[in-house]
Amino acid sequence: MSDLVDLVICAASEAFKDDGEVLVTGIGVVPRLAASLAMLTSNTDIMMTDSEAYIVSEPVPVGPRGDYEIKAETWMGFSRIFDNVWSGKRQLMGGPTQIDKYGQANISMIGSDYANPKVQMLGVRGFPGNSISHANSYFFPQHNKKCFVEGEVDMVSTIGYNPERLPKGYSLDDVDLRWVVTNLCIMDFETPNKQMRIRSLHPGVTAEQVQENTGFEIVIPDNIPETPAPTAEQLEVINKLDPHGVRASAIPS
Amino acid sequence: MNKEMTLTDIVGQLEDGMTIGIGGWGPRRKPMALIREILRSDLKDLTVVAYGGADVGMLCAAGKVKKLIFAFVSLDFIPLEPYFRKARQSGAIEVMEIDEGMMVLGLKAAGYGCPFIPTKIGLGTDVINPDVNPDIKVIDSPYDDKEWVAMPALNLDAALIHVDRANSRGVCQIKGPDHYMDDLFVRAANKTYVTCDELVEDGYFSDQEEARYVFWERAQTTGVCHVAYGAHPTSCWPLYSFDVKHFKGYSASAKEENGWENYVNEFVNCSQDEYLEKVGGAEAIKQLPKPTF
Repeated sequence: MSDLVDLVICAASEAFKDDGEVLVTGIGVVPRLAASLAMLTSNTDIMMTDSEAYIVSEPVPVGPRGDYEIKAETWMGFSRIFDNVWSGKRQLMGGPTQIDKYGQANISMIGSDYANPKVQMLGVRGFPGNSISHANSYFFPQHNKKCFVEGEVDMVSTIGYNPERLPKGYSLDDVDLRWVVTNLCIMDFETPNKQMRIRSLHPGVTAEQVQENTGFEIVIPDNIPETPAPTAEQLEVINKLDPHGVRASAIPS
Repeated sequence: MNKEMTLTDIVGQLEDGMTIGIGGWGPRRKPMALIREILRSDLKDLTVVAYGGADVGMLCAAGKVKKLIFAFVSLDFIPLEPYFRKARQSGAIEVMEIDEGMMVLGLKAAGYGCPFIPTKIGLGTDVINPDVNPDIKVIDSPYDDKEWVAMPALNLDAALIHVDRANSRGVCQIKGPDHYMDDLFVRAANKTYVTCDELVEDGYFSDQEEARYVFWERAQTTGVCHVAYGAHPTSCWPLYSFDVKHFKGYSASAKEENGWENYVNEFVNCSQDEYLEKVGGAEAIKQLPKPTF
């Protein structure tokens, strides 16, 4: 197993540590394993679903399950998911295609003409509602200027820290963007103007390298810690959650 | 009242230009036999409202869709629906792209008889950009100083739904793990046409445990058509799972020359019985493994 993917999963799981009793949803293998790891180690109050119709009392392993039966706890069909979203008791870690300096994310389409997309993707899904209702973090397996774009993302699918788009009666503090986790670093918005800043650098990565691969100016603090290496306990938990090693291909080399 | 109809009867009740809601979610419990009947008809210019999967993709490929109201179109394990993608990238369809939860509110507003439901969803995003969605308005509130998105009612001329079982009076049961937003589609619609995997006797629901899985009153059901495996290639769990192999072939066809025409000739221009034979038969469908993610 690549050391990087395990390091990223462990680091990303820290995003949920102080959330308390909320529903955590990790979309994609790395966010899901990060959330699952948190539920089994740093925040055992987390709620999680089986991605179908139930809240489960323990995270469901990734990939083929063999005889494993989900440990259902509460029915949670899609209609009830929205009731939870609007209550605010949730953090989502999703994997958008683009993000901009305001933290606005895009999963809808690529291109400058909305009526004629260059590439049609999923559609905005639940991202607008997620972004204005509860905490959100994002994961990018490849940190580059195609993902971290100059200007705004092509279809703004989430509310971010963009003063121009701030709704009447809202302040930037009403938006709760947490972490942006990538193959190079972890970033957050913990700056006076909610600018994206480097929170920690993965081993061997420099701040200059991150800036070169980002289409906008990021805040580079004087002293940036190195993203901590996984502990033996964390690795053991991850191996149980991903017995088939599905995560091996989650970060392209 | 006996509400039994054939697929042809149902499609005969639909008209060009109608707004049609389709139940299910992505690759799950879609009324696919009914969709194929529409593909065989000359119905056109539809406005389609759906949590979309291959139902939307096929209707787009066949040129049936004038406008699509959607939050996503996806086969889940194949994230991008190939024919929806083609339709969008060639500018062939008009769209109203909204958040999944906004669709909930739009359907509820229609069911409640309200013109809109206020929500904060969409604020700060391009969903409320007039260039993207000119029909979605942002309004002031009579109760606070914030602005709110006025999610318009999604009034449907017809809802098309697939259920596990129904009786001829229109009592419909969804026994699977999730009824999705099907009850909301039904209540938003002027008429609701249901296909069912099993047609049961009236007394079936006298067991209260069975009656708990009925999500709308029979007065909301206009017509019922018994189509065993009528959701295939989508799932109707626990009766059967979705057909990964079939979806892979369907998805690959979009990249082949005359791929859609070939798919139609093979799987659409035939009876439901012939279709079931072509996809491996009833026993094979029952044995489809449940995909895990």
